[in-house]
Amino acid sequence: MQRQREGSPWTGLGAVFERELADNLSSIRMRLLELIVFIAGSAAVYSAIGELKDTVGEDRFLFLRIFTVAREPLPSFLAFLGFLIPIIAIALGFDAINGDFNRRTMSRILAQPIYRDAVLFGKFLAGLATLALFLIALWLYVMGLGILMLGLPPSGEEIARGIAFLVAAVAYGGVWLAVALLFSVLLRSPASSALSSLSVWLLFAVFWTMIVPFLTNALVSVDPFDPRTQLTAIEVALALERLSPNTLFAETTLALLNPSTRALGPLLMSQLHGAIVGAPLPPIQSLLLIWPQMTGLIAGLVVLFTLAYVAFQRQEVRA
Amino acid sequence: MSEVVISAKALTKRYGAAVAVDRLDLEIEKGEVFGLLGPNGAGKTTTILMILGLTEPTEGEIRTVGFDPLRQPLEVKRRVGYLPDMVGFYDHVSGRENLAFTARLAGIPKGEITQRINKALERVRLVDTADNPVKTYSRGMRQRLGIAEILMRRVDVAILDEPTAGLDPQTTREFLDLVRSLRSEGMTIVLSSHLLELVQSVCDRVALFRNGRIGLVGRVQDLMRDVLGGSHVIHLAADGADIEGTLKGLAGVQKVARAADGTWRIDATQDVRADVARRIVEAGGNLQALNIASASLDEVYARFFEGTPHAKAA
Repeated sequence: MQRQREGSPWTGLGAVFERELADNLSSIRMRLLELIVFIAGSAAVYSAIGELKDTVGEDRFLFLRIFTVAREPLPSFLAFLGFLIPIIAIALGFDAINGDFNRRTMSRILAQPIYRDAVLFGKFLAGLATLALFLIALWLYVMGLGILMLGLPPSGEEIARGIAFLVAAVAYGGVWLAVALLFSVLLRSPASSALSSLSVWLLFAVFWTMIVPFLTNALVSVDPFDPRTQLTAIEVALALERLSPNTLFAETTLALLNPSTRALGPLLMSQLHGAIVGAPLPPIQSLLLIWPQMTGLIAGLVVLFTLAYVAFQRQEVRA
Repeated sequence: MSEVVISAKALTKRYGAAVAVDRLDLEIEKGEVFGLLGPNGAGKTTTILMILGLTEPTEGEIRTVGFDPLRQPLEVKRRVGYLPDMVGFYDHVSGRENLAFTARLAGIPKGEITQRINKALERVRLVDTADNPVKTYSRGMRQRLGIAEILMRRVDVAILDEPTAGLDPQTTREFLDLVRSLRSEGMTIVLSSHLLELVQSVCDRVALFRNGRIGLVGRVQDLMRDVLGGSHVIHLAADGADIEGTLKGLAGVQKVARAADGTWRIDATQDVRADVARRIVEAGGNLQALNIASASLDEVYARFFEGTPHAKAA
């Protein structure tokens, strides 16, 4: 018996993508979140620029500092984004699949001559596109504010690093979008899928850094007289921390927006031999440095999406 | 009239230990209105989902419009339209936009979409409200919008799952008229319902479901003759005589039984009212009422499944 199904899984993808994108862009919850992010972002950037004007005399990467510098009581723009991107992504995805079941539109859509693949891909891509559009707009807004308030254009290198940062931000958002999508497939109630996504986010955003030391202690016994065990402990802790997409994103942005970052793990004195401390790396070296982190983010996104895909394919259509 | 569009052989669907559909055999011919009738939970929707390839059968074979719904679902779904039970639409956009979206999913050429939507909306009389958001629609309007979607797609087979559920009598009648007019255009229509009496008038043939199996298949008239023995039921109210004894042996009378309210029920192969009246008066009885009720599918169903335990329900 022929086990292969016939016809392209992409049939209807464009239609689903466009509908979902229109839906995302016009929904009230997205408008609200955009408003919050623009207000928070403006405040953070404004105070960062104020801080820069007061403290920095000369800096090669003045523009990148806008993203990272904070002035009390506001956090930096970067900290804001690290916090808000997951929330936006979850808001985009938590009712993607179960919403259609609850509206009773799912069986009608799936009775059209399309595969389920098109529905899931279309929804995910539309979420990702919304996120990307939003981040690009925000990025341009920050750059514009910077040019107006600092009176300086960004250098080519700063723009290159800024774009790489944008890509990383979209990948980071994509991971959380995939988390939300997975829960929207697994749980029938949008409220519980939203809460589940948010609790996973809370785990990584707040509690993960507290849990890691305990786990490390349990896994590695440190001998105070053997520096090698100490090094192992640090490496294990780092590996555990990097299971969190938040850590991966934080490391990526650190290397991209702080060109003087040379390493994201422990450095031995011997490795620093001959290095000029504080000298910036060229952009390509920074990219090399964060390559594993970026790969990790994208791999996480793919794995989560695959889980959602498999679960959705096996799901019964009747509600 | 003998081209088979849907055929199932020993079709079975199990959900864990529960059997939703149990070795079902079914043949639906081109151009007929076929009714899948039975109480909730009898396996009608599961059967429909397997016909469409939306659910995988545990065992058995199924062919829809000449294709295997599991391996060639797109071919099947291109030719078959489906109106789910309690159909849903995107509430905040208009009926027209909802149709435009499905038109694109269905692969209708861009140039034709507007015209085909307009025609379909006209047919179901939704033109005036087509640009209002669907959230303002009544239950009947949503149902009609669902029919418009099927009309717009110009499918060969339309499968309607509980299409009359929740509709008022007026809307139901209009809906059944619409079904008749679709049939006259050559569309094959499969509809499921738990309201047997309501749909018996539109169905050419029906299948009576019980606990995942089909008990009976055939034309409504044939089923009535076969199961009830006659398609006439006469209600009689009389006293003052030995009714049962008087009527026994009357030509055409098959069964005389006393109902709970003290009236009598007579099953007959023909209209025997005149003979019954004469006999009772001759026997000195007082004839109070004598009505004929044509038998309904509900009675066929009740009679046929008498004794079998009731379905475990939804």
